[in-house]
Amino acid sequence: MHIDPSRRQFLVRSATGLSAVWLSTNWPALVAAADHAHGQAKSTSPHKPEFFTPEEALEVESISARIIPTTETPGARESGVIYFIDRALLTFAKDQQKTYRDGLPALQAQTKKMFPSVKSFSAANPEQQDEVLRSIAGNAGGGNYIFGTGADSAGFFETVRAHTICGFFVDPDTRGNPNGVGWKLIGRDRQHTFQSPFGYYDKDYPGFQVAPAASKPDGDA
Amino acid sequence: MKPRPPATSKYQPSDEVDFVIIGSGAAGGILAKELSANGFRVVVLEQGPRLSEADFTHDEIKVLQEDLLTNHPDLQPNTYRETPDQTAKHQRAVYYGRIVGGTSVHFTANFWRFHEIDFIERSKVGPVPGANLADWPITYADLEPYYTKVEWDIGVSGLAGSSPFDPPRSKPYPMPPLPVKGCGVVFERGARKLGWHPFPAPLAILSQPRPGRSACINCGFCLGFGCEVGAKSTSLSAAIPAAEKTGRCEIRPNSYVHKIELDATGRATGALYFDEKKATHLQRAKAVIVCANGAETPRLLLLSASKQHPNGLANSSGYVGKHLMLNGNGVTTAVFEHPLNDYKGFAPSRVLHDFYELDAQKVGFHGGGGLDARFDITPIAFATGALPPGTPRWGADYKAALAHNFTRTMEVFSHGTSLPVENNSFSLDPDLKDAWGLPALRMTYKDHPDDLKLIDWLNARASELLDATGAVKHWTFPAGVQNVAFHLLGTCRMGSDPKTSVINADHRTHDVKNLFLCDGSSLVTSGRGQPTMTIMALAFRAADRITALTKRGEV
Repeated sequence: MHIDPSRRQFLVRSATGLSAVWLSTNWPALVAAADHAHGQAKSTSPHKPEFFTPEEALEVESISARIIPTTETPGARESGVIYFIDRALLTFAKDQQKTYRDGLPALQAQTKKMFPSVKSFSAANPEQQDEVLRSIAGNAGGGNYIFGTGADSAGFFETVRAHTICGFFVDPDTRGNPNGVGWKLIGRDRQHTFQSPFGYYDKDYPGFQVAPAASKPDGDA
Repeated sequence: MKPRPPATSKYQPSDEVDFVIIGSGAAGGILAKELSANGFRVVVLEQGPRLSEADFTHDEIKVLQEDLLTNHPDLQPNTYRETPDQTAKHQRAVYYGRIVGGTSVHFTANFWRFHEIDFIERSKVGPVPGANLADWPITYADLEPYYTKVEWDIGVSGLAGSSPFDPPRSKPYPMPPLPVKGCGVVFERGARKLGWHPFPAPLAILSQPRPGRSACINCGFCLGFGCEVGAKSTSLSAAIPAAEKTGRCEIRPNSYVHKIELDATGRATGALYFDEKKATHLQRAKAVIVCANGAETPRLLLLSASKQHPNGLANSSGYVGKHLMLNGNGVTTAVFEHPLNDYKGFAPSRVLHDFYELDAQKVGFHGGGGLDARFDITPIAFATGALPPGTPRWGADYKAALAHNFTRTMEVFSHGTSLPVENNSFSLDPDLKDAWGLPALRMTYKDHPDDLKLIDWLNARASELLDATGAVKHWTFPAGVQNVAFHLLGTCRMGSDPKTSVINADHRTHDVKNLFLCDGSSLVTSGRGQPTMTIMALAFRAADRITALTKRGEV
């Protein structure tokens, strides 16, 4: 995979990639998906997926839970990412349905192939699940990604990864990311207004001092 | 999104106004303000919608992925190829603001001036093989009063005299720089150790409130986002309200211009545009000013081809769309021991211009550039791909790295020259059409080899600086050909010779007396990045020139 040198292209790669997924999306539907995830995550009643069958939802949730696992802090499972994805596939990410429809059976086949005694991906233990995911994730890496849109397994994995990240890290004030667990994890405060000093390095800053005049540089550096 | 109530129509398309301005961005907004203040009747046709501060959410998906503020690749698809012998492929190639206020709404607001060298580079360094480098028909001294006008009129914060490399200025900044960020402190410390000269970033962001506009609240959703408190000095916050206040200017959103009409004598008579329902209207005007950006301005001229102008309107030189310059850019990302919390605040904090003019004999390539200290990565983008190379992309270690790095990451951004290469261009795609049935924008672009060497060289300086400041870790990537465009420069260049330029120093097209162009397309060289300051200065100057010409009956 081509490693992109440019920050802007690098950011755009994520924008472009996601655009393929969040294509011609419909904003109220997206908010609804997030609210849905939010509500479902808080709800104590049994989860009711709408696009996925309950069995499929369990599989997708199990994948997302290996992407952002539950550790000493909440992971994708606790933040209801599965409901974000479920609603997304019925609304603004309809064009990604096929990726899941094709990807889930391929995932099960791969699980069976690698672990014949295991009934399904979700029934495998975490180590087995990671092995299966490593086998389908391909070599996409190095801090960038290309969004797969086809039925290939790496594309499926990348799609679930991107959806999991979006559901987990989206601005909690505008949709999803219930209780801001994603932002809490990375240390991003939820305030809208901040005042300097912002962090460790600027707290004792003495103020800007103009340096002695320079000679014009000539490229010797 | 709350739709803003439609502005009361001031003019009918059939009213022959003094000026129709196409595009409401950095140049169009300034021209609208200045010309309407000078007593002219002005209609601004903007292809995008009109949003207000209430619409400027922090929602990353809505803004960055769904193109709330930017051109949408489904409606207006692009194609790209590296060289003219290739067939261009359908991909997103261009990003620009497609709303009232244009790209200025979501820009970084990094607002340094071009230096003297940028206007006279061809005379100073001679020809550069593989490039069609030219001097501007104006100098830094001609533009200096207008740079000052931008700073005072729209609001730029900064510290005069803080960079020994700054060109001369007639006035200090109207307000002090914004507070330093952690990235700025470590950058300053590292640069000083190396004997370099960092200075507070001049930014088109208010450090002090102005009427109707707040000072920056450091919300942290800046680059790529609209400002919810009007602190960013954009066309929308700082120019258009003043234009409307004159009572002589109408901003007409959702108006997509696709042709400039001429009469039998070759004069422009107005602009044909689609309204929201795709009905076509002709806005009549005594003169037409195109400020549609460096991609859409040449596209509109090419779409306006006619019997009189078979190769595109105002294209007797053949230069329309050519010599596209995107500015070289690279990033070196670093992780520090303690939290910087650089997600708070505007993006850049400190800038360095020690390498603005490099000696090609010594470094082995032409060009120059700047470095800045910043952090501009919002949470989804960060989790998607801002961890160091080799970090797991999922799983517990991935999660732990996100948790540790987000508050400790900063970037040093390298900005550099792009040489004007004739093949680098915007043109009409022969096959692909947009949602209105018009030919799609095709980009042809391959960076000049010197531009790529420059970025690698600047990235190496960024790495030295980060070593000097004690970063725990830093990384960068080798420069590569750019196939996505943000800075859209040079495609209708200014010049004195009608054979080798599209507009003259008054921004008038050489071919059509009452047709003017002013935006990134006017630039003859790319500077070292950060073109919006110069685009706004050109727009203030163009307004003076066009006013004088009109008052003398010469338009």
